[in-house]
Amino acid sequence: MNYFEKDLTSLHDDLVAKRISVTDLVQATFDNIAATDPDLNAFLALNKDAALKKAAEMDEKGIDADNILAGIPLAIKDNIVTKGLTTTAASKMLENFVPIYDATVVSTLNEKGIINVGKTNMDEFAMGGSTENSALKTTKNAWDYTRVPGGSSGGSAAAVASGEVIAAFGSDTGGSIRQPSSFNGIVGMKPTYGRISRWGLIAFASSLDEIGPMTRTVKDNAILLSAVAGHDDHDLTTSTKEVPDFAAELNDQTSVKGMKIGLPKEFLGEGVDSEVKDAILAAADKYRELGATVDEVSLPHNKYGVAAYYIIASSEASSNLQRFDGIRYGHRSDDVKNLEDVYVNSRTEGFGDEVKRRIMLGTFSLSAGFYDAYFKKAAQVRTLIINDFQAVLKDHDFIMGPVAPTPAFKIGEEISNPMTMYMNDILTIPVNLAGLPGMSIPAGFAKGMPVGMQLIGRPFDESTLYKAGYVFEQATDFHKQTPKQGGKN
Amino acid sequence: MNFKTTIGLEVHVELKTNSKIFSPSPVEFGDDPNANTNVIDWGYPGVLPTTNKGVVKSGIMAALALHAQVEPHTHFDRKNYFYPDNPKAYQITQSDKPIAHDGWIEIDVDGEKKRIGIAEMHIEEDAGKNTHERDYSYVDLNRQGTPLIEIVSKPEIASPDEAYAYLEALRQRIQFTGISDVKMEEGSMRVDVNISIRPEGQKKFGTKTELKNLNSFNYVRKGLAFEEQRQQRVLMSGGQIQQETRRFDETTGQTILMRVKEGSDDYRYFPEPDLPALNISDEWVNEIGAEMPEMPGSRRLRYVNELGLTDYDAMVVTQTKEMADFFDETVKLGADPKSAANYLQGDVNAFLNEQHADLQDTQLTPANLAGMINLITDGTISSKMAKKVFKAITQGKEPKAFVEEKGLVQLSDPAQLQPIIDAVLADNQQSVDDFNNGKDRAVGYLVGQIMKQTHGKANPQVVNKLLIASLKK
Repeated sequence: MNYFEKDLTSLHDDLVAKRISVTDLVQATFDNIAATDPDLNAFLALNKDAALKKAAEMDEKGIDADNILAGIPLAIKDNIVTKGLTTTAASKMLENFVPIYDATVVSTLNEKGIINVGKTNMDEFAMGGSTENSALKTTKNAWDYTRVPGGSSGGSAAAVASGEVIAAFGSDTGGSIRQPSSFNGIVGMKPTYGRISRWGLIAFASSLDEIGPMTRTVKDNAILLSAVAGHDDHDLTTSTKEVPDFAAELNDQTSVKGMKIGLPKEFLGEGVDSEVKDAILAAADKYRELGATVDEVSLPHNKYGVAAYYIIASSEASSNLQRFDGIRYGHRSDDVKNLEDVYVNSRTEGFGDEVKRRIMLGTFSLSAGFYDAYFKKAAQVRTLIINDFQAVLKDHDFIMGPVAPTPAFKIGEEISNPMTMYMNDILTIPVNLAGLPGMSIPAGFAKGMPVGMQLIGRPFDESTLYKAGYVFEQATDFHKQTPKQGGKN
Repeated sequence: MNFKTTIGLEVHVELKTNSKIFSPSPVEFGDDPNANTNVIDWGYPGVLPTTNKGVVKSGIMAALALHAQVEPHTHFDRKNYFYPDNPKAYQITQSDKPIAHDGWIEIDVDGEKKRIGIAEMHIEEDAGKNTHERDYSYVDLNRQGTPLIEIVSKPEIASPDEAYAYLEALRQRIQFTGISDVKMEEGSMRVDVNISIRPEGQKKFGTKTELKNLNSFNYVRKGLAFEEQRQQRVLMSGGQIQQETRRFDETTGQTILMRVKEGSDDYRYFPEPDLPALNISDEWVNEIGAEMPEMPGSRRLRYVNELGLTDYDAMVVTQTKEMADFFDETVKLGADPKSAANYLQGDVNAFLNEQHADLQDTQLTPANLAGMINLITDGTISSKMAKKVFKAITQGKEPKAFVEEKGLVQLSDPAQLQPIIDAVLADNQQSVDDFNNGKDRAVGYLVGQIMKQTHGKANPQVVNKLLIASLKK
């Protein structure tokens, strides 16, 4: 199956018209994976038997012509729990962990007839921006196998960009959907905090984590967000706001005419690659050409985002990851004499370096005597960042800028320097801190690698982002570019 | 040297809700280990807590019962520590914005009334239980997530007797709200105690010690009394009190050093990000206030002022909400209040003690108790006969039917009694003479003879009246 020639709508038409059966589609997807993944390493687990069984059942029953997702195979990031299918969060701690329940996102997709083909690689517990922190595999960039796919949802991004699957789900705590989408030239949406249930998402930082769809087109992305968004009784932080049919708003009439777009000067400052900058400036011109106005705006506290984020996210993580204690599930050290050994040795053996670094950072930030100077101060900075966005979005429909300061870097290039790695998230982190929707769409190339443009909207206004993304996509052909066979340039 | 004692009490009250505070698992005790648990209680990867609204309501009820201010914008916090019975390795509790603060309760020690302040009260989850057998340790998470309210006193309790009275009053008021069984012996009420002393006149509090293993109010009082004395002895002999935890030994009545505290534990509290802040509206608080059961204090007043009970009787029948409700119901069904109070504190209490049962677990009903009392009041049965009837109503029998079935009906009809009296007088001329000579004792003998003739069924009041009238003829 050549997914580069398909989108959800055309696949659905093929299935309804019986030009292809669900079984053939699922089998073709596994064929794609068999051909590509030995080099790409996007997947940690395949769900082949269950997927083919469900496909056969659907073929038997027939496809519901009104359900665009019926029989569509897609992939799920490995920090989203799937009943009966290993869910590791790419950690040795959970290497053999088989959940007994489905995340709400997974059960919703299952009910809608989606077929889960497997679980994608990621940075361990979603901590990282290159997927090099996976304890289990090193995933490659779909465009260049010597480069990282970004992270933490690097497996999902590479699987979609390489054409293994048509779509995948990821999670984004500080840029983990948008940055790998940018690095792989696909569309990735981090919805508003509270838009999608986190029930079943293995928590990294509870106040920042958000699940979102990763696709090759804006419309496919919109279809998938509508499918999984909405209130969930299992997650009290989900919103009760009504979920629009986002894709229905995307058609020939969709336009950005009269829209006001803010381009923060801080987003094109020091450290941003000149080719990335050029691509974004060209995109701004394209929007002007399409009838929008683009003003320079300022987000003055943005520069404190990375510092505040690493305190808040690490603090929450230090608490969230305490449950991996070797007592009830997951890795337990054999080398124990007493209870303290169970805790210390299991966690020492089960967690990787980056996870340990953040647990220590977070534990320190929450400690008595340091709380006010770190956690509390970071929470105050967060408020300032929220206020900055509110001020700009009061009279701008959305904000545009790059997703990441650079295109994908080489495998091994930055892994030894955590600070450089952390600074890659400087443009995505503030969006999580503010709980806003942010989307990455293909906007050009730098040094032959894809460059993503980030669109940031008002709370629960993913609709405007999809419209603006769709109009840009229709007016450009970046999304039509595909990586050369196997990324072997 | 004279010393002032300061005692602090932290009371944990376990709430009687159907489900746990943050998960839908049932709150049930005595089931197989881990039977009442789910993925949330296990701290499984990916799970999230959801707040049981009933627990918040219970918290508000407790706050109202203890005259505390309900916090309109409250939230939960995480308290982080590793232990096998704590599956998330954090407890969801409330730290910087508890649900209520600044309450008080009135205590009475030997007739002296005093208000004890309550600093704050918060809602939180209980942990599971570890058990150890031979070389193994086992974890039972049935209790994990059971809702608790922790009530923290202000440092205003000045003696072990006041501590005892505070616990009694607290238990009683909470019991009346119906949110908890508040039974120390079943663990639905737990008490942590600290005590310090300082020389009279010194402003700064002394170093406090904490006491553990206080499993009844009595032990709290005894343990505190011992500790008060011990601290005095240490200070009088020039020593210093260490900040330490001491264990109360039930057999010796002494406290024994468990561990010395070095610094304080760091629980790294921070706001629980998985749960939105709780906004409690005035409307909701008022609504709950309007539905609140009547508290023991105002019930006591009502019983004294409206029903004519003595202060003592009123206090006894308001010991528990069940007793007070039972009393109200019995009186509502027409029973004489004084008799109802007497029966409840006499025969009923004796029966409950003998059965080791709570009122609500027996077959006694207000209707049957009222029925029995009414039969006594209208003269149908004598109080002596009532002993048999009482036994019957403890077995769930209807008193009127029982009386009829057993032929226990009292003989009160003068037309039937007069011939018997006349016959007895005729047979006992000596006693009649004695009476006429001013010996009132003769009356008792004659009544006894009449009762004998009637096999105890004669109504003594009626017999007395008729007999005197006959003798004076």
